[in-house]
Amino acid sequence: MWSSLPSFVAVYPETILVVVASALVLLDRVVKFKDVFTWITLATVAVTLGVVYWTVGTSFAFSYAADSYALFFKTIFLLVLLLATLISPGYGRVVGIHFGEYYGLMMYAVAGMMIMASAKDLVLLYLGLEVMSLSVYVLAGLLYSDMRSLEGAMKYFLLGSFASAFLLLAITYIYGLTSSINMEAIANYLGTHGLLANKALLFSLALFAIAFGFKVALVPFHMWAPDVYEGAPTSVTAFMSVGPKAAGFAAMGRVFLLALGTAKVGWTHFLIPLAVVTFFVGASLAVVQTNIKRMLAYSSVAHAGYAVLGIIAGTKEGMSATMMYLFIYALMNIGAFGIIILLRQKDFLGESIYDFQGLSKTHPVAALLMLVFLFSLAGIPPTAGFVGKFYVFRSAFEAGHPLLVIAAVLASCIAAYPYLRVVMLMYMRPPEKEVTLNLTGYLFTSLAISLTGVLLFGVWPEPLIHFARLCCGLAP
Amino acid sequence: MQISVSLQYLPILLVAGIVFIIGVAMVTINKFLSVKRPYPEKRVAYECGLPPTGQPRHRFSIKFYAIAILFVVFDVEAVFLYPWAVTFDQIGLFAYVEMVIFIILLLVAYFYAWIRGAFQWE
Repeated sequence: MWSSLPSFVAVYPETILVVVASALVLLDRVVKFKDVFTWITLATVAVTLGVVYWTVGTSFAFSYAADSYALFFKTIFLLVLLLATLISPGYGRVVGIHFGEYYGLMMYAVAGMMIMASAKDLVLLYLGLEVMSLSVYVLAGLLYSDMRSLEGAMKYFLLGSFASAFLLLAITYIYGLTSSINMEAIANYLGTHGLLANKALLFSLALFAIAFGFKVALVPFHMWAPDVYEGAPTSVTAFMSVGPKAAGFAAMGRVFLLALGTAKVGWTHFLIPLAVVTFFVGASLAVVQTNIKRMLAYSSVAHAGYAVLGIIAGTKEGMSATMMYLFIYALMNIGAFGIIILLRQKDFLGESIYDFQGLSKTHPVAALLMLVFLFSLAGIPPTAGFVGKFYVFRSAFEAGHPLLVIAAVLASCIAAYPYLRVVMLMYMRPPEKEVTLNLTGYLFTSLAISLTGVLLFGVWPEPLIHFARLCCGLAP
Repeated sequence: MQISVSLQYLPILLVAGIVFIIGVAMVTINKFLSVKRPYPEKRVAYECGLPPTGQPRHRFSIKFYAIAILFVVFDVEAVFLYPWAVTFDQIGLFAYVEMVIFIILLLVAYFYAWIRGAFQWE
């Protein structure tokens, strides 16, 4: 009757995040000096990271696994939380979102992402997705006196709920076919019963592709991205351009490679056209943007297209390349958003690309940092962006998709233009506006971490590659 | 074999059909059979026996929505507590711990609303 308690070790990291987040949310009224919340968040990131490494290999029944695959993604999520927390205080004080709930919501979102990365059960996966999404919807609408922020949050909420419905329908079909929601059981059933010609299975695969496509913003399910990225507070944009995307890829990897691995032929049919359209449309639309946040939104759409190549490859090699790509993307993208935040003043948005005009004359160091991050986003060696792209492309090439890789390389040529245009404006035009920097110690630390990561992994990527391959179960 | 599986669900379809027909019938038959003797007072919208005082579609204070959301906190709690309580002696300590965690999480939301003054009308 009174069964003994199972071990809760596998969910310790998530528990810590939720407990601390709840405490921050409740304490906000009492604490007047809001920087305390930043410190607590930073300390929690450190503690959680330690616990994540300590709990590797544990599992919670058959539905939740703190395995090495989840370990890598949780490292990405905590890196994103760390960098996003560090860029927040200075910006938060300017726009008035420097309070406990802000940090609490980010932690709730990261807890949801961790659940997504660890879930081996489709319903649990959905639950993690909702925890993450609901927190991010609220974060996107935090500047509720600004119509753009409200519009973005509303769009994100409506389209995100729509995508969740797709995910649920896909899970329903899989359950109907295999009578299981556990990923390993589904994989076993599909392996032994050969349902590959089943129309319902194909339909379910398409629904999964659509649901994840919404979450990681693949064309044509990217419509929400530019408006949300533009409207949301910039620090939140930095957070959500990487965190939920990485979580979406974590779930995609588990579902497509583990649960539906035998149906690979089916889902590559859906993902290949999505990827091709994504990196071409993302790159081309980034060219015409003059708002830098919108430009980075379309660039993040294109980057999702490159990252999906590793999943299409369908090998462990490919998955490890995607994971490494997301890690590097976190460093360089939050770095670029950090520079945008650096320019933000009370009465100066610093969001038009023409605000960067002549930055090298007035603030050479800031311009140089932006140059490095933009070069990395464009994939120019010796920055980390090149390494990430190289491994993703190589894995897709080795898996037998040479035409796809050629298309991706062509698209990344187009995608280089918007980045280089900002560089051109910074270095080859005279300054027009008076730009003052809003530098805090936190932001400085964040930029230093990003810069170190981008340059270090650009010239010495071995440790990261080994780590990613190890986490995918490949011998180093 | 295939047909019999589909036939299993036939009663559900029949029930759904009957319910739909009865629903439509109740609304439409009334229209045909009833005796109609209208006079001006009868045509006025019914408002507790009093003459109408204004349009019903005006804007409500946001506070009502806050109260409605707060209600959901307790509503969901009740929905989960009831099946848990019914099967309590079979599912044991694990479910008890789970439920305590669940209630604590709900209490966090409740206290948050309290601290932010959701219970103060003015």
